[in-house]
Amino acid sequence: MSSDKIIQVSDADFDEKVLKSDIPVLVDFWAAWCGPCRAIAPVIDQLAEEYEGKVKIAKMNVDENPATPGKFGIRAIPTLILFKDGNVVEQITGAVGKTVIENALSKVA
Amino acid sequence: MTFDVIIIGGGPAGLAAAIYAGRAKLGGIILEKMSPGGQVLITDFVENYPGFVEGISGFELVEKFTEHAKRFGITVENGEVSSIEPVGAEFNLNLTDGRTITSKTVIITTGATHRKLGVKGEQELTGRGVSYCATCDGPFFKDQVVAVVGGGDSAVQEAIFLTKFAKKVYLIHRRDQLRAIKILQERAFSNDKIEFIWNSTVEEIKGKDQVEAIKIVNKLTGETSCLNVDGVFIFIGIEPTTHFVKGLVDMDQRGFIKTDEWMRTSVKGIYAAGDCRKKPLLQIVTAVAEGATAAFAVEHDLA
Repeated sequence: MSSDKIIQVSDADFDEKVLKSDIPVLVDFWAAWCGPCRAIAPVIDQLAEEYEGKVKIAKMNVDENPATPGKFGIRAIPTLILFKDGNVVEQITGAVGKTVIENALSKVA
Repeated sequence: MTFDVIIIGGGPAGLAAAIYAGRAKLGGIILEKMSPGGQVLITDFVENYPGFVEGISGFELVEKFTEHAKRFGITVENGEVSSIEPVGAEFNLNLTDGRTITSKTVIITTGATHRKLGVKGEQELTGRGVSYCATCDGPFFKDQVVAVVGGGDSAVQEAIFLTKFAKKVYLIHRRDQLRAIKILQERAFSNDKIEFIWNSTVEEIKGKDQVEAIKIVNKLTGETSCLNVDGVFIFIGIEPTTHFVKGLVDMDQRGFIKTDEWMRTSVKGIYAAGDCRKKPLLQIVTAVAEGATAAFAVEHDLA
């Protein structure tokens, strides 16, 4: 039931969809067994609607895609990483309220 | 428009309050900053909630609670309360997104979050080996060595859970015996992947980009040692989420809200239930009981 504005990314297309993106991308690293990931899902959905065209909101399942989380040293989920021009602008670990994510997004949009 | 009741927080206490308020035909909503569930969402397995003989995952239990609450008409809305202002006999709830909602009564069921150790390296390495959620992060530590800090139910239960992934789990506790309930103690003591380090506290978490080691001090001997670990899971108790009503309702020194047996706080029209409330037993089963009582009190007091 997640928003259709959210893009799904994988190890295979991470470079193309995230690092080479024209606009900033917020990636939500998650897994099905993670309660807090589920907890922030509605917030991520809302952000995808609200930031359409300004920031891409993406999700990556860490179970199916182990390489990318490893590259960014992720050992906790949910982790949200905000990328701009291929660089990490901000990294948020754990379930947080919407305002914390909006504060991060305000740096790029 | 003015609601009869606003329930702040969609954990077990809030969802139970919603069931009772809904059946009493009170007009209200639950305000939840994330999605419903609260701390139960990070609980691997609940085996002390009556009716679920074989136990149930935190996930599933919360789903059932949420579904149940919806059935009686009280919906969950996304929103985070930043402050409550009494206006006459009503309350204005100011939300972080700028909205203001008015209600005749408020039930605070905001629960609690994990407490931090407050040592060097903890903040910097959070998400890089430092964790407060074994069910979330355990799978990242397959065949690695982790430490669990704490000696209560959560620490012991999560240490046992982590043995599914880690090859070794150190349980570091500042006393010489566990506070956890006996059945969990027995399971931990008979698990050969768990090694206990007694009378000790973690003084520092070391590592460059990832957790590499922890510095431990033995409280009895004063001896300091270094333990190589890949992860540190911290379960040393909770902190109530009550900052937004500080100065408004009476609390104890740690911020737990004081109530009477009707769950009434020091402010008429504001109630509190669940883990944010000062009480002896912090459990799902007590949270739901208090949520029900608070809703009943609201119905009684509004009549």
